[in-house]
Amino acid sequence: MSAPTAQGARTAGALDTVERAAATPEREQPWAELGLKADEYVRVRDILGRRPTGAELAMYSVMWSEHCSYKSSKVHLRTFGEHLTDEMKKSLMVGIGENAGVVDIGQGWAVTFKVESHNHPSFVEPYQGAATGVGGIIRDIMAMGARPIAVMDSLRFGRVDHPDTARVVPGVVSGVGGYGNCIGLPNIGGEVVFDPSYQGNPLVNALCVGALRHEDLHLANARGAGNLVVLFGARTGGDGIGGVSVLASETFEAGGPSKRPAVQVGDPFQEKVLIECCLELFHAGLVEGIQDLGGAGLSCATSELASAGDGGMLIHLDRVPLRDPSLSPEEILMSESQERMMAVVTPANLDAFLAVARKWDVEAAVLGEVTDGDHLVVQWHGETVVDVPPRTVAHEGPVYERPYARPASQDALQADAPSAGRLPRPSGGRELRATVLRMVASPNLCSRAWVTDQYDRYVLGNTTLATPDDAGVVRVDETTGLGVALSLDGNGRFAKLDPRTGAQLALAEAYRNVATAGARPLAVTDCLNFGSPEDPGVMWQFAEAVRGLAEGCEQLGVPVTGGNVSLYNQTGDRGLDSAVLPTPVIGVLGVLDDVSRRTPSGWREAGRNVYLLGTTREELGGSEWAWAEHGHLGGLPPAVDLEHEALLADVLVNCSRDGLVDAAHDLADGGLAQALVESVLRFGVGARVWLDELCERDGVDPFVALFSESAGRAIVAVPREEEVRFTDMCTARGLAHLRIGVTDTGSEGEEAALDVQGLFTVPVAELRTAHEGTLPAHFGA
Amino acid sequence: MRIGVVTFPGSLDDGDARRAVRLAGAEPVALWHADADLRGVDAVVLPGGFSYGDYLRCGAIASFAPIMGEVVAGARRGLPVLGICNGFQVLCESHLLPGALVRNDHQKFVCKDQRLRVESTATAWTSAFAAGAEITVPLKNGEGGFVADDETLDRLEGEGRVVFRYLGANPNGSLRGIAGIANERGNVVGLMPHPEHAVEEGYGPGTDGLGLFASVLGAGLAAVGA
Repeated sequence: MSAPTAQGARTAGALDTVERAAATPEREQPWAELGLKADEYVRVRDILGRRPTGAELAMYSVMWSEHCSYKSSKVHLRTFGEHLTDEMKKSLMVGIGENAGVVDIGQGWAVTFKVESHNHPSFVEPYQGAATGVGGIIRDIMAMGARPIAVMDSLRFGRVDHPDTARVVPGVVSGVGGYGNCIGLPNIGGEVVFDPSYQGNPLVNALCVGALRHEDLHLANARGAGNLVVLFGARTGGDGIGGVSVLASETFEAGGPSKRPAVQVGDPFQEKVLIECCLELFHAGLVEGIQDLGGAGLSCATSELASAGDGGMLIHLDRVPLRDPSLSPEEILMSESQERMMAVVTPANLDAFLAVARKWDVEAAVLGEVTDGDHLVVQWHGETVVDVPPRTVAHEGPVYERPYARPASQDALQADAPSAGRLPRPSGGRELRATVLRMVASPNLCSRAWVTDQYDRYVLGNTTLATPDDAGVVRVDETTGLGVALSLDGNGRFAKLDPRTGAQLALAEAYRNVATAGARPLAVTDCLNFGSPEDPGVMWQFAEAVRGLAEGCEQLGVPVTGGNVSLYNQTGDRGLDSAVLPTPVIGVLGVLDDVSRRTPSGWREAGRNVYLLGTTREELGGSEWAWAEHGHLGGLPPAVDLEHEALLADVLVNCSRDGLVDAAHDLADGGLAQALVESVLRFGVGARVWLDELCERDGVDPFVALFSESAGRAIVAVPREEEVRFTDMCTARGLAHLRIGVTDTGSEGEEAALDVQGLFTVPVAELRTAHEGTLPAHFGA
Repeated sequence: MRIGVVTFPGSLDDGDARRAVRLAGAEPVALWHADADLRGVDAVVLPGGFSYGDYLRCGAIASFAPIMGEVVAGARRGLPVLGICNGFQVLCESHLLPGALVRNDHQKFVCKDQRLRVESTATAWTSAFAAGAEITVPLKNGEGGFVADDETLDRLEGEGRVVFRYLGANPNGSLRGIAGIANERGNVVGLMPHPEHAVEEGYGPGTDGLGLFASVLGAGLAAVGA
């Protein structure tokens, strides 16, 4: 606590105090440069009854930003609450609104999980943007009192062969890995997608899941007058300040800092010790309330803690330990320096709190206290620079009813279906074989090992499934085997064709993936990545997607527990065409009472019967085939039947529980062909597959059978001795099931292969070469 | 038998090493970097991670931790010491083992199931393996390239102190494919791959890693990977 404090020696009188603000109402303020609209600035003046001080203006501007206030999305997000039934609330211990939702998984355990975006910083500075995205979501999980147990990441980039993609991809991947690996959390899955719409707007969505005992749940609020407010972790520096520097350079004379870097810099080592320190503090019962510092830094932490509490708060800003002593009060309030937490501590516990911090070499400073007033007061060397009702900063920001309208181009887009006449289709064994090999090597279907081999999936010793399996599965309780499965999925092309259906398809896929691994789906988190809310077409996409997701969650009985909205993912002036594909990324969490029952995605042994669950229709709109082979996006996405998805999931979970299947793999991008190839490559065991019965039953040809992306399907490998029980269960439940093949290691002296009978055979080695070569070829071996 | 596992700030696989010790049948004892006290343990594991963030050379700061004085003194007396990944780097920085670990030749972090050959069973940590056993354990590091001058490498080979060698493609540019080495006495072993992540069926590639812990236990368990 002997950190250098900020220079007290600023030019006397330059400090914009509350007193000065009241005395100089006419002073021009840079509200526009800070991103406030004229009416928003007027509203701040109305709330305060005077002009804001520079520090207050900085706080309101950043807390009322789209990122912090959800001002464009709020009216739509209410839909989630409207679709939350009592049944869905049953396992929900904490819902939307806290740092992260908390779900009861039984045996006295709870998990908390959330996905969040760090899109814009990752474009500006890929490594640090991605790294601090991971760091930020981990602190959200810690702020609930949980031990983080795993991370996932959903990444979207521009064209795989675009020169700038070669800048962004390695940086983002090594940033995600660099932070997660150094902090000791296994990375258990996610997505990597390439599409030109993400060229100037990569999407970096990071998910963290944590586990806690029910009694360890902590909420972010500041209660009890006289309790102390402690800032601990890294020192505060000038990173992440961005636009607020405008204020600094205006308010203060030369000698102060100039423009600050707008992207934060991460220090995973600091965060690792901060995790251990927090957990020790929680277990010792030394914390009354806790809040992480992320976007908007101290402005957000103080105003959110104070407004969730029962009193006011007094903060002495000059006590903040600084990395750079020249920072102004405004900059300290805005700094997004990483690896910091804020706790509310009783005076009696302070010494014990500081002793734990010292043990972990974590710096801590008492900034102030909870007061019995109702204002957040911030002082700078004894002078008051902020005096505001905290709710007006944290929760009562502007709410916009942005105009929205279905784009005029939507009809033409949907009418442009990938019919046989519109897009030439392969036919016959030779063409289908070549198509399969091109497809499995295409940027969106090829092996992700180049990415995931840079992530530690083993640390903590509880990972039992990870990419390339459908879901990541980690054990929570070593004694009982209780664990969770997670999947993170999105499909921007489907959402572009029909945002409502697209959002439900993403939900259905993540739900199905979790069930495929054998876990009962329990709860949802979402990261909604869209273009500019000022474009009515984008707002329509957003509103439709939210409606679809909320209705879908209600139908499946899984609540949305929290998440994040990222808007303005848009570059250029081509209207809707400048925006990213509307990309709701959905995370579903499921529970397994015993993770040793989990189902892997590939088969290990020969002689297993391969069954296809669900039915296949000709659904190629938005498909990977149309895109990869023809660069085509049009028509309608596959239909969603959530009742069927729930049935399929139920059967898959029962199969896992009763040991009826050895392997299960969901069908999604790339259809049956891709699922078969991935199942073969998982352990190098081949298969003989026949499509005749399938084609006859579903009225499709072999091409459609292999590449259609109909939802609600999975393939499973059934041991012969379980076949009767398995088929009986499917029949009893009314789930379409059809034996389409058998696993096969190849006869003596013959290589294992994927043999689609009567059409083509591809040896495993040839599949592997095609599947695994693409990303190393683009980004270096 | 009591086996100590040291936790430095930034250690990551310390809990996993303690689990491995427990599953092998010994009692794990948590040791703290700031205490110059081995608490009477019979062997020590320096686990993987990024001690002190590894912002200097990997393991360089950890080698000056108060506990390391005791570890070095113990090792000189014959105390079995195993350094895994960052622990191997700490042993090199502490001069208990020769050579150094440098950035992987491909410049990326790598996490994969790695096949290894046990080249020497004449150490405290490999005696339970059959000579020439081939095992699979995870490898995960960014700075795992083993380097030393030719003279040192020749001596290590000549004295049978190369304990583990990578099979298949060299994953990180280690000279002569060396994955792990021992000191002259054979009580100190360092390796980059992670045996503590291969101790439980279903949580990693099999249980080959148990062999290292079984060796130091001297429990006469059946040879692993024969």
